Amino acid sequence: MKREPFFWVTISCGLVIMAFILLPLIELMTAPSVSMLKETIKDKDVVRSIWLSIYTAGSAALISFVFGTPLAYLLARSEFRGKRLVEGIIDLPIVIPHPVVGIAILSVAGKNHWIGQLFSELGIRIMGSVTGIIIVLTFVGLPFYINAVRGGFESISPRLEKVSRSLGASMFTTFFRITFPLAWRSMLVGIIMCSARAISEFGAVVIVAYHPMIAPVMIYERFEAYGLKYSQPVAVWLVFICLVLFLILRMLTLRKPKEA
Amino acid sequence: MITVEGLNISLPGFRLRDINLSIKENEFFILMGPTGAGKTVLLEAIAGLIPVTSGKIIIGKNEVTRLSPEKRDVSIVYQDYALFPHLTVQENITYGLHFHRIEKHQAEKRLNRMLEILNLSPLQDRLPINLSGGEKQRVALARALIVNPRLLLLDEPLSALDRGFREEVRNALKKLHQSSNVTFLMVTHDFAEALSLAERAAIMDKGRIEQTGSIEDIFQRPGSTFVADFVGMKNLFAAQFRDTRAIIKNLEVELGRQPINSHGYIAIRPEDIVISKEALHSSMRNSFLGTVIGVFDQGFYYEVHIEVKNVIFKSLITKRSLLELKILEGADIFFSFKSTAIHNF
Repeated sequence: MKREPFFWVTISCGLVIMAFILLPLIELMTAPSVSMLKETIKDKDVVRSIWLSIYTAGSAALISFVFGTPLAYLLARSEFRGKRLVEGIIDLPIVIPHPVVGIAILSVAGKNHWIGQLFSELGIRIMGSVTGIIIVLTFVGLPFYINAVRGGFESISPRLEKVSRSLGASMFTTFFRITFPLAWRSMLVGIIMCSARAISEFGAVVIVAYHPMIAPVMIYERFEAYGLKYSQPVAVWLVFICLVLFLILRMLTLRKPKEA
Repeated sequence: MITVEGLNISLPGFRLRDINLSIKENEFFILMGPTGAGKTVLLEAIAGLIPVTSGKIIIGKNEVTRLSPEKRDVSIVYQDYALFPHLTVQENITYGLHFHRIEKHQAEKRLNRMLEILNLSPLQDRLPINLSGGEKQRVALARALIVNPRLLLLDEPLSALDRGFREEVRNALKKLHQSSNVTFLMVTHDFAEALSLAERAAIMDKGRIEQTGSIEDIFQRPGSTFVADFVGMKNLFAAQFRDTRAIIKNLEVELGRQPINSHGYIAIRPEDIVISKEALHSSMRNSFLGTVIGVFDQGFYYEVHIEVKNVIFKSLITKRSLLELKILEGADIFFSFKSTAIHNF
């Protein structure tokens, strides 16, 4: 059968996009020599910054898990006035430019705001601290967690919970015996999405905390101070970690969930 | 005894208004009505899964209107089975036992009884995804009944099943109802199901109950045009069967076949009854001479009521035939119907 011209348009656009994504990444990954990569990972500053990136992104995901799960459940299960508004607010951090996020958080955490004053009285520092970084990363990562988990809850029939209740289980028991075992996969996906988003944040973090240095800030600094060649190996290590996260995500989502 | 008194429910875009029902202990009660009538809402309200605006729900001697669902002893079975997909058949069935203080020995006894009655023993370790529709619904029934509920709610439990499975689950329902002292309240669209399972029923429409009564009453003496329309089969008679004949009071009707699966009813749709001036000599096996006792305008059609030997048949004819045949109240007239037009349940 002769293929339509339209078919060739779709194929060639697809190929252009594949090349557009893969070429720079492959170029980046193959640029530094193995010895240079080894040397970089021995650099204590590099290890510290990558570890800090993982640690802060993981903490942001954990906070999203604790506070985001109940909200995701609420959004999946109930209809209420202003629900669209709440959904819009949750998505705000996705659409706001990253440096603006940093500035916005600083304006609440600064000395001119009562929350900032409260924090400084409690001895909590936001500016230039790990706490500050975690707050920023939670801000940008939270929507990804909530949206993923909400979808997971929505795919579980409310009737399962109703049947469980009618058989004598309380709402808490029902959640832990029925809803959670069926939704944990989407929670894991949410945690990975959230931390993947958090680990790549630069613009907001650099405003709140240049030091201690997370990996993206260090890459930027090395690029500014020493040029492309010195920033590449750190970038490769960071990409490698992001890829591992991404691979886990794909593996989890590709496996077919059980059907009722 | 389950009593619903003046129940009102307001949901976004839907309301239940002034629902009154009274279901006897160990009765099999049917709720019928078109889609969107509010049948599922009523079931879920009785189970405590939907908040009630006003009115009372009383189970036995206890008012349960404000009680949370887990404290009501009301089990529910849905059309789509709602089995827990991550649990095996056995784990599904015994799920409710965790929340009732039951000795291990007693729990095992109940499980084995359920497995036996519903013929589920060979499937115990399977996951729901590996079951047929009929098997799934039998598991759902076992899960609902193992906790010995006071009331079992069934939301169209047979509608999603293929014909063969439907018969199988229907028989299981009948057996379960007879062998337990649980009260059954079932929603269905299917008249044959209603007739074969229940004694009494209620018809719902637009959030209200239109009529409550014995099944026969509802079919024979519809209280409103809606119910009359809804039940459609206007000629419904309790009958005794002798060989290939059905006997209604003193009237013999030829079925032309052995009655199948009989629960003692025959039904003929009014449009299947043909009226004529002279006796028809055709393939119609049943032909009678009766007296017209009423003619009712139905818009495009006229409904003619004809009495013979104290049995009233209802026939639908066009206005033109009405004029041609000069049908008037009190006139004697022939009417006939094919034996194939007779349904029996």
